[in-house]
Amino acid sequence: MRSATASAREKARQAVADATRWQTPELAFWAVAIAAIFLFPSRHLLLNEIAIVGLFALSIDLILGYAGIVSLGHAAFFGVGAYTAGLLAKAGIGEPVAGLAIAAAVAAAVGFATSFLVIRGSDLTRLMVTLSVALVFVEIANRFESITGGVDGLLGISMGPILGLFEFDFGGTTAYCYSLAVLFGMFLVARRLVRSPFGTSLRALKENRLRAGAIGIPTARRIVTIYTISASIAGVAGALLAQTTAFVSLEVLDFARSADGLLILVIGGSGYLYGGLLGAIAFALMRDALSSLTPAYWMFWMGAILVALVVVGRERVVAKFAAAVDRLRGSGS
Amino acid sequence: MLTILFDGIAYGMLLFILAVGLSVTLGLMNFVNLAHGAFAMAGGYATVILMNGYGVPFLGSLPVSFLAAAAFGLVLERLLYRRMYQRSHLDQVLFSIGLVFMAVAATDFLMGSQQQIVRLPDWLRGRVEIAGVGIGAYRLFLVIVCGALVIVLQGILSRTRFGSQLRAAVDDTRVARGLGIPTGRIFAATFAIGSGLAGLGGALGAEILGLDPTFPLKFMLYFLIVVTVGGTATISGPFAAAILLGIADVAGKYYVPRLGAFIIYIFMLAVLILRPNGLFVRGGGR
Amino acid sequence: MFRRHMIAGAIASVLALGGIAPAAAQDAVKIGLILPMTGPFASTGRQIEAAVRLYMAQHGTTVAGKKIELVLRDDTGTPDVTRRIAQEMIANERVTFLAGFGLTPLALATAPLATQAKKPMIVMAAATAMITEQSPFIVRTSFTLPQATVPMADWATHNGLKRVATLVTDYGPGLDAEKAFKERFARDGREVVADVRVPLRNPDFAPFLQRVADLKPDALFVFVPSGVGAQFMKQFQERGLDKSGVRLIGTGDLTDDDILNEMGEPAVGVVTTHHYSASNPSAVNKAFVKAFRAANKNARPNFMGVGGYDGMHVIYEALKATGGSTDGEKLVGAMKGMSWQSPRGPVTIEASTRELIQNIYVRKVERVDGELYNVEFATFQAVADPAKKR
Repeated sequence: MRSATASAREKARQAVADATRWQTPELAFWAVAIAAIFLFPSRHLLLNEIAIVGLFALSIDLILGYAGIVSLGHAAFFGVGAYTAGLLAKAGIGEPVAGLAIAAAVAAAVGFATSFLVIRGSDLTRLMVTLSVALVFVEIANRFESITGGVDGLLGISMGPILGLFEFDFGGTTAYCYSLAVLFGMFLVARRLVRSPFGTSLRALKENRLRAGAIGIPTARRIVTIYTISASIAGVAGALLAQTTAFVSLEVLDFARSADGLLILVIGGSGYLYGGLLGAIAFALMRDALSSLTPAYWMFWMGAILVALVVVGRERVVAKFAAAVDRLRGSGS
Repeated sequence: MLTILFDGIAYGMLLFILAVGLSVTLGLMNFVNLAHGAFAMAGGYATVILMNGYGVPFLGSLPVSFLAAAAFGLVLERLLYRRMYQRSHLDQVLFSIGLVFMAVAATDFLMGSQQQIVRLPDWLRGRVEIAGVGIGAYRLFLVIVCGALVIVLQGILSRTRFGSQLRAAVDDTRVARGLGIPTGRIFAATFAIGSGLAGLGGALGAEILGLDPTFPLKFMLYFLIVVTVGGTATISGPFAAAILLGIADVAGKYYVPRLGAFIIYIFMLAVLILRPNGLFVRGGGR
Repeated sequence: MFRRHMIAGAIASVLALGGIAPAAAQDAVKIGLILPMTGPFASTGRQIEAAVRLYMAQHGTTVAGKKIELVLRDDTGTPDVTRRIAQEMIANERVTFLAGFGLTPLALATAPLATQAKKPMIVMAAATAMITEQSPFIVRTSFTLPQATVPMADWATHNGLKRVATLVTDYGPGLDAEKAFKERFARDGREVVADVRVPLRNPDFAPFLQRVADLKPDALFVFVPSGVGAQFMKQFQERGLDKSGVRLIGTGDLTDDDILNEMGEPAVGVVTTHHYSASNPSAVNKAFVKAFRAANKNARPNFMGVGGYDGMHVIYEALKATGGSTDGEKLVGAMKGMSWQSPRGPVTIEASTRELIQNIYVRKVERVDGELYNVEFATFQAVADPAKKR
């Protein structure tokens, strides 16, 4: 009996170890992300934005892809992080990493407090609950104008050098490196988390809540935990935006930001952690390219691409594109 | 006081007409159609074009706006939406938000980005006094039209063959299909009617809510609120929810203007926390 | 699946990121025009773009031996996007001027960049007074709300309006207008009986107007962003406020030329103060309106358009004055004190504030040749922004 338990435990340990091993495409992804620093020196600002949006989408992936909680209000935590970092910098704590840590803590606290609202309810209910929480935050930020600057935005943020060493530069190189490093750090945390027994229990919960409860998983507590962690990561993303742009306005809390985050995640696919990152790259590049081609009507083409993506099927679009690229490469060499 | 109550009711009625189609598609096909507002916008623009371009009177343009939006809805349903029913909610969200983007940009391209203005006939402007309570003529008109629509809708649902087939299909699509009810056709018809109602709502609402290409994005939230609070199983649920929301919103802004924008959200949060499946739901809801 | 995504994504990214290679001609001067071209404030962007293109069509694209290139981007009205685009324009496109800025937060987010990079930043629309104080490189060719509001308060005083309520949209410009009106009106010993603020995203004015109706003031002073004016005015009439003797006064945003004609009867007789009306009788303006309508499907220019048009004038003249220099400090120096005949009337850029000194007109909506116009009937000569300390 005892040896059977031991071997089961050994098996489980082995399974976890297997799951956490790094695969080649993953390594390639991060290699490309780092190489981008040198390959596209003129696009660091856009890359920085992508890294931040990617981190935000990653935080949504944690709750959607792993715990099955849809949210249209994650911008609430993004915004709380952004305002925290902005206000800290304004109050004279201009060192970004410290600001990041505090923003993460504050966002986590807010996430914890609101997590109890999403334990129950259907998809639609959760959508609307998270949405109203975010909207209430917008109104709060708008009301407390003397602190947040209201609609005009938070002025006069001056950021110090990172760890007292690296100044933010005009081309956004420091900003991108900083955001990428933070993104990678957060990604490691998330990766470790979802591939741990905790992550496995979350997935059980997502598959079938009743059954998960029946085998002894404390479902409510699991949801509270993952929601808090996710909120904290969203807060870090918001803080990054505040720090790298030295400006915070009500738009950080906006419904559009929550919706974009969800959209990006759905484009990239949820439940494998890279979805948010790949989606962010695709979304930002598409928007950037389309809006520089037709500044007034880019939304039409963006919409058409989204519709095509769904109607034709995401897999097939990507497969076709990959095939076309293969052909190009074939004819090129 | 009574004026405020009446304003709230009129506003709520308008919300109901705009959102009822969404509630039915969501309940019937379990389809999250974020593009619902685009049909409302289509109706609104149809009215503006007819009135300003062809001199059609306001009342005459209303049925056309219903038909235009319904036809638009029917075509899209047959071409695109039909394929989406079996997809996941997230795919549906992606698909319908894509449609919204296209609708916004296309409207902007065709009609320009400025506010469109519906010029009401004289008898709908100004104000009437009823028992000492001042009431806007147009709001009175809204309440009458929307009230009549609610009665008609309820009648169709509860009295006609189509209504009972629809209710059967909402309750359990598979069994309904097994009983020989043509669910596909019912879906299409319902979708068209829902879109048409939205179009009518857009035409009626242009006066109060304004009409520009961002309409579907601006009011998406309001539709969702009505549907979520009201539940998707009945007509009376969203109706009561819309009226409540309308009154809460208008009264809140009147009595505590500095908190005005909070009220509607706090109200919704409270409802959802107490009744996670909506205020008016039979049984467990979905 | 993951591998597929990775490969496809990587290739597409390289294409998209590398695709835009900024290749500027040697003697080109680039103007980075950042406007809200989509979203709720898109009409602001369209007006300015149309006017800017008109100016370039009329005055050629070669100034002081340099070729003028326009780079237009949409910021969707989101400040962090505006800022990122501005930063990229400076770093990659090597623009000499930043221009546009449809809303106050968009200008505020970008202001530090102008200072840091020493680039002239021409604010063509945003109208909160404090914007120009955020950077010595900001020059504004629109107006400030106090500038348009204070004359309204004076006019109200002179015309015997004693009890006035204010109703403004609850954001920067609205609060500016409210403050300016209250202070000026109180100074003259009059009374503002209520200050109602309406949320920016507000579909229905009913409850706010009901509050005003209950108070029965002599007049209601209104600021709403352009575009919302039509809805507001209809509801004003619907509530019977016009019949109960409440006069509607406001800044010209309320009777925006862009949509004034469609507003119809409810707008007739409304008195506003502003710096520009398409019906200004000067020859300069007549030519401007005619050319603008010819180039834009008969659309009428509004005050946004004239802000864009004059912004281009400032850029062209500054380049001429400096002999085509791209030095930001020299260019801003050349703009200070510049005077010219704008379609709106004579204007001067005040050297100390970098704001326009311009006439503020009192106008009344009337039907002229079958169309509604803001007809100017009184003028406050050479008004400087009253919100600045001098």
